[in-house]
Amino acid sequence: MLDRFLISLEIMGKGMLGIFIILIIIMLIVMLLSKITKEK
Amino acid sequence: MDYLISGITSITWQEFFMYVIGALLIYLAICKDFEPALLLPMGFGAILVNLPASGVLDQTLEGIGKTNGIIEWLFHVGIEASEALPILLFIGIGAMIDFGPLLSNPKMFLFGAAAQFGIFFAICVATLLGFSLNDAASIGIIGAADGPTSILVSQILKSKYIGAIAVAAYSYMALVPIIQPAAIKLVTTKKERMIRMPYNPKSISKTTRILFPIIVTFIAGLVAPQSVSLVGFLMFGNLLRECNVLKSLSETAQNELANLITLLLGITISFSMRAEAFVNISTLLIMCIGLIAFIFDTIGGVLFAKLLNLFSKQKINPMIGAAGISAFPMSARVVQKMSLKEDPTNHLLMHAIGANVSGQIGSVVAGGIVLKLVSDLIH
Repeated sequence: MLDRFLISLEIMGKGMLGIFIILIIIMLIVMLLSKITKEK
Repeated sequence: MDYLISGITSITWQEFFMYVIGALLIYLAICKDFEPALLLPMGFGAILVNLPASGVLDQTLEGIGKTNGIIEWLFHVGIEASEALPILLFIGIGAMIDFGPLLSNPKMFLFGAAAQFGIFFAICVATLLGFSLNDAASIGIIGAADGPTSILVSQILKSKYIGAIAVAAYSYMALVPIIQPAAIKLVTTKKERMIRMPYNPKSISKTTRILFPIIVTFIAGLVAPQSVSLVGFLMFGNLLRECNVLKSLSETAQNELANLITLLLGITISFSMRAEAFVNISTLLIMCIGLIAFIFDTIGGVLFAKLLNLFSKQKINPMIGAAGISAFPMSARVVQKMSLKEDPTNHLLMHAIGANVSGQIGSVVAGGIVLKLVSDLIH
């Protein structure tokens, strides 16, 4: 059980990091896109 | 006369218990308006599949052989074989979502990530309670606050608790207006709940709106390929909406397609609510862990907002973090209602909606990442 718990902690660390990385990349691209395509 | 009463005499207490569960779900759907589109078909289905020798399940009749049951067939074809029903539903959901409030305030993306914390916390709790890793991950996904994602992930991970997971996911989504205020109050002060946030939306070009679903699909697909079926179909639906040249398809996806799939999904999921699979102590544990997942989603989002406040000049009302879960638009409404309760002139709705739609993306990305991590680690 301890093994499984340690793996679940690993999933927590990697999972949260992965979600943040993906959403931050999307956020930066959206910010860039908004600047580039700004309607005058 | 035996042939007339054989059905009645063969009812087990577990089946009777499932009739009560079915009746409870129907009651919650009709009288309490708790996610009626899903809970009502699930409740009725729970009764259908638990009738002795039910004709909606495959049966072997003496002298005739095997007969096919409609609900069992729907489950095998629509969920087990292809996960088609939950995935197709994402087209409708994508077509319904206006990402405008998020695109005009991209900072809200961060809350869509932070509020997925409950998923991973629940996975840890489930493993501590003795569930296998694939079952624990499936149970944790209840915290995505997203019914179709929960069904899809638990089906791909071949969890035997898919019925309990679906019931927990949809029940707690309906209970967001009760769960979230309590969790928010637990980790915020009145002063924090009164923080004002001016809303100055930036205009969003049509190009950005059209490119957004394509870019999200690319990024999520390249980083977490397992999320493509979820993110891809969600974003396909959104592209139908934003392209402005497929209005009738977009409307069909939002209405007829979403309604039809929802109708079938609820009754199909009831296949996993057969007494022998549902009535056990694990179901009770799953309901408890699901509740923990929702609470820690909320706490994760709120604490992340408080963390950002340590470094930013323009303070964020921490309640916005709680809206980063996928339950749309219930969560945004909860935040708006709570802010108005503290200060009747403090309107946070648009910020909360931005965080809430970000949660829609966050939850499907989380589903994909959990699938990838768990399959890698089990391997």
